Amino acid sequence: MLSNDFDGVKIGLEIHCQLTALNTKMFCNCSSDYRGKPPNTLLCTVCTGLPGALPVLNKRALEAAIKIGLALNCKISNNSNFFRKNYFYPDSPKNYQITQYDKAGGEAIANNGTVETNLGSVRITRIQMEEDPGKLQYEGSITTSSNTLIDYNRAGISLVEIVTEPDIVSPKHAREFLNTIQSIVETIGECDSKLDGSMRADANVSISDGRRVEIKNISSFKEVERALNFEITRQKTIQAASKMETRHWDDVRRVTVTLRVKEDEEGYRYFPDPDLPPMNISENYIDEFRQSLPELPDKRLKRFTKEIKLSEEIARILIRNKIVADYFEETLTHEYNPKLLSGWIATDIMGYLNRNNVEFSDLPIESKALASLAKSVSDSKINDSTAKAILLKSLSSGTTIGDLLKSELDNLVSFDDLPKIIDTVISDNPKALEDAKNDSQAIHFLIGQVMKVTKGRANHSKVKELIETKLK
Amino acid sequence: MSQLSSQFEEIKEKNQTINAYITFSDLSDNTSNGKLSGKTIAIKDTISTAGLRTTCASKMLENYIPPFDAHVVSLLKNQGATILGKANCDEFAMGSSTEHSAFGVTRNPHDLERVPGGSSGGSAAAVAGNLADLALGSDTGGSIRCPASFCGIVGLKPTYGLVSRYGLIAYGNSLEQIGPMAKNVHDCALLLECISDYDNRDATCVNTKKIKYTEHLDDDISNMKIAVPKEFFGTGTDPKVEETVRNTIDKLASEGAIVEEINIESIKYSLAAYYIIAMSEASSNLARFDGLRYGLHTGKSKDWNELFSNNRKSGFGFEVKRRIMLGTFALSSGYFDEYYIKAQKVRSIITNDFKKIFDKFDAIVGPTMPTLPFKLGEKLTNPLSMYMSDIDTVSANLAGIPSISVPCGYSDNLPIGIQIMSSHFEEKTLLNLGSKIEQIRGFDVE
Repeated sequence: MLSNDFDGVKIGLEIHCQLTALNTKMFCNCSSDYRGKPPNTLLCTVCTGLPGALPVLNKRALEAAIKIGLALNCKISNNSNFFRKNYFYPDSPKNYQITQYDKAGGEAIANNGTVETNLGSVRITRIQMEEDPGKLQYEGSITTSSNTLIDYNRAGISLVEIVTEPDIVSPKHAREFLNTIQSIVETIGECDSKLDGSMRADANVSISDGRRVEIKNISSFKEVERALNFEITRQKTIQAASKMETRHWDDVRRVTVTLRVKEDEEGYRYFPDPDLPPMNISENYIDEFRQSLPELPDKRLKRFTKEIKLSEEIARILIRNKIVADYFEETLTHEYNPKLLSGWIATDIMGYLNRNNVEFSDLPIESKALASLAKSVSDSKINDSTAKAILLKSLSSGTTIGDLLKSELDNLVSFDDLPKIIDTVISDNPKALEDAKNDSQAIHFLIGQVMKVTKGRANHSKVKELIETKLK
Repeated sequence: MSQLSSQFEEIKEKNQTINAYITFSDLSDNTSNGKLSGKTIAIKDTISTAGLRTTCASKMLENYIPPFDAHVVSLLKNQGATILGKANCDEFAMGSSTEHSAFGVTRNPHDLERVPGGSSGGSAAAVAGNLADLALGSDTGGSIRCPASFCGIVGLKPTYGLVSRYGLIAYGNSLEQIGPMAKNVHDCALLLECISDYDNRDATCVNTKKIKYTEHLDDDISNMKIAVPKEFFGTGTDPKVEETVRNTIDKLASEGAIVEEINIESIKYSLAAYYIIAMSEASSNLARFDGLRYGLHTGKSKDWNELFSNNRKSGFGFEVKRRIMLGTFALSSGYFDEYYIKAQKVRSIITNDFKKIFDKFDAIVGPTMPTLPFKLGEKLTNPLSMYMSDIDTVSANLAGIPSISVPCGYSDNLPIGIQIMSSHFEEKTLLNLGSKIEQIRGFDVE
């Protein structure tokens, strides 16, 4: 699709982030570490909604939501409250979800934020806290299974839902925005996005004159871009959506399919949850979190470009993932060569990992080893291209940089032997020496001769340096 | 056979007539020593008891055995009380007569052809009929005070937040409190002392200074300022009730209390606001009863929608269904502002009006019930007239203030209760005045 194919496209996102740094669920003391646990083992009276059990807010959930709100430049509410969203569904033990609401006296924990991306800024409508439902499991396919199994381990896990204004202008922008959000919540340390299902997005999209269509069930951020591309093409083909509906992203067939004609939000009979009094959040309390926020990606970007003097392009690639940026800064503590190291990480290493579908966190090269490779270049022991070759060989073969570097250096003619070899080459080519004194380009003949004699095992820049002293 | 066991057998025998209990406990000996050692107690069946069936008087929970004790039940056990069993009530506490129980009606020990009031009718009848020394009830719109009045005992609805609701099966959870019921004010005060304890499992529970209510029963009431709202003696008030209550108020005045008649205009909207809020909350609170995890299960269905529908259709009684449907309606799009929001506005106005009154007065006094206990079946087919009987009690629930009913006289051998309300966390005043009424009314409750 050409970029102007996205004229008139408006995309809004709803991103659910599980607060994975919390040890317990949102309203009870059950462990929130539910992944890989036997079904229905992390339950109590509260998260199974037994009669008479009451929810009590986990303070850590509130703290995490405030931090995320501040990081997305939101206004934190001083009088936020919880609402009930009523609907019958077997994954919800109470048949209502404790959530937040923006009407009827409801106030979400954070409102009116903005997030800058390199494809334009996106306004955050609100950030609301809510509980995750349980999980329905079918034997085989949803349509043929005779049983539905329910696992309530996930029921009551803390979520924040980040709701944007329809400011996103293209599927690529959506992906960029999601990466930014991901990087921010990871920097704050409240959501580990690598955990399966910890970050999920629903998208709503409309094109000029069309109705708003919501797409649910998008399992990864890569899929968001795909699903949006499909949906925009679909809407253009049918001359804009004629009905407001919710569609389901089928990531196997890569199409959106009708799920249901959209139920109005009002169908959920929202009302304030009497079990949870409004939260009185003082400005002082909010300030404590404001002071203790870690360096956020946009600030880090500025530091990388202004202080470390990286190009904006490289810096953006690095800050997009906290682990990558941290790794880069760690290499600098061993060898301060930002240009070389940032280039290797952003281009060579990330390119390799992407092609081979490997997570950066699984990178087998320690920051110290990469720094030592850069130091060999700084010390002129090897040149740039040799270093890059060693790096790529280490990535593909698994041999450590240390071993590869050692054998490369072992193979080189030692610096002590070089002057003798150069003297021999010069005495064999007296005319070339005279030429080089008059024409700076002619030095390359002599370098070439030295490389020929050493069968390419000499350090190119050292050879050049030594010959230059002979020219004076 | 120990004295308690033989007493227990007598109680079971008497229960055949009164039907105050749905389930009896196994009478396990309570070895804890405390303020309630040697006292027997009936617990309303909306309050969870670990290992002891808790039905809410509903077919839905006919076989539900909670795995945990309500906070108040743990407190009673720690204080040495002997739990005799679970008291009958209107299904899910929805009613004013205990006729809406899936386990049969409870009869008023004063007249077996009359209702004991409700919804905590089993609790009140157990105490009045000597089937227990004490009882716990729950009060969403008058459910402790109404049966206390009809059965001639003392019943107190505490300030919202004084007693933990953890383990109380919710009906209207912004309105209700668990409260004590007893033959006399002293025992009521004692039981309140035992159950008013901060509990961090209920986010609406308030951490206040503990008060020894029993030590304030004889405080001087002279110069205490008492307001008597005209609205509490409105149309539908039985003249016999009015006369008895006014006589008692006169006696308080002759004891030195300063009595003044007032108007609370907003009270006329309280019943409508109460029913909208209670039913709205109920429609959501009772959504969890789908028969999937516990409760009545009707068997295999073609899908979960049909399963939920079948379970709820078979499990809930008529009045519960009516309130769930009305509540669902009140919360629905297009009606929400007209009903729920408006009712909440009324609630704020009433709360403020009470606040203003308590700036000047220590207590508000009037009848608990506008009528004498009515006959079984008399109001069953007319839900509106049944709802009207809560007219004098619901405002305390809307405002979250404490309120007590104390027997103040008889008419046609049927008991009449006087109701006292006070400011938030001023239960002390209610019990103090209640105790004075016991001294001046000229009879004892046997």
